[in-house]
Amino acid sequence: MDKLVVAGKSYSSRLLVGTGKYRDFDETRRAIEASGAEIVTVAIRRTNIGQNANEPSLLEVLPPSKYTILPNTAGCYTAQDAVRTLRLARELLDGHALVKLEVLGDAESLYPNMPETLAAATTLVAEGFQVMAYCSDDPIMARQLEELGCVAVMPLASLIGSGMGILNPWNLQIIIDRVRVPVLVDAGIGTASDAAIAMELGCDGVLMNTAIAKAKEPVRMARAMKLAVEAGREAFLAGRMAKKPYEASASSPTSGLIQKSA
Amino acid sequence: MAIRITLNGAARDLPASLNFEQLLEELALNGKRLAIERNGEIVPRSAFGDSRVADGDRIEVVIAVGGG
Repeated sequence: MDKLVVAGKSYSSRLLVGTGKYRDFDETRRAIEASGAEIVTVAIRRTNIGQNANEPSLLEVLPPSKYTILPNTAGCYTAQDAVRTLRLARELLDGHALVKLEVLGDAESLYPNMPETLAAATTLVAEGFQVMAYCSDDPIMARQLEELGCVAVMPLASLIGSGMGILNPWNLQIIIDRVRVPVLVDAGIGTASDAAIAMELGCDGVLMNTAIAKAKEPVRMARAMKLAVEAGREAFLAGRMAKKPYEASASSPTSGLIQKSA
Repeated sequence: MAIRITLNGAARDLPASLNFEQLLEELALNGKRLAIERNGEIVPRSAFGDSRVADGDRIEVVIAVGGG
């Protein structure tokens, strides 16, 4: 079987999904079920004190017994804040080590701050975390994250939440060719073809949130993404035909045509 | 003796130096899946019964929420 292996654990699904921006927990649950994802990201936030005491919590809807919960550091702009957030996440999830590190550079672009990301990754790896790192699509940055012990690198396809698809497939290709840990495209996927293209390039997986949650029918889009990731992976493994820009080649026999005279 | 702490960024008065189990009860958060930080350091769940909040402590109580 063709499995995604991250930090020694194998997963049947190569689609990882976020849990934000849904209408309610019921839609979250149905979309994530339809996506077939086994790894789901969550954010860590202050609890509302004295409010909604009986409201269900996200982890009741998505139990850690069923899903691999991947806590993120969304909203962190320094290595220190990211490390603090993930220490809390580890305590919250009973010692769970697999985490998504993202350290943002500015609030407009949500582009990753790579020096802070590298600093945070160094600390987290030393503390025993298994770090999946959101990063720019710079092959050197991806390699450095791998060298300092990250279990996966997750370059952006385009800006978080932009739905602009893969803006630089060539950089992704270099990263895929040069990095040995899994490469997952994280951020920028807009529709199913974007996910398929990422997988056809040879990515090990795709992580997305907004493309599903902000589709007109999120559950249906979740299913579309599941199929796209599977189709893209199969096409990658099958090995596409060579592109021949100046050479047409008929698929039907050129002999035995009825209009040919004897 | 009453104490004042900073809880999730806001000042809060407590009737006494409670332990963390009592604090969660006071906040109607007991039994919830959450994590606590005191002055930048994790308070392990195993220490909730023994560890006490002190006057001036900065306490963060966090949960998992939807995110990407």
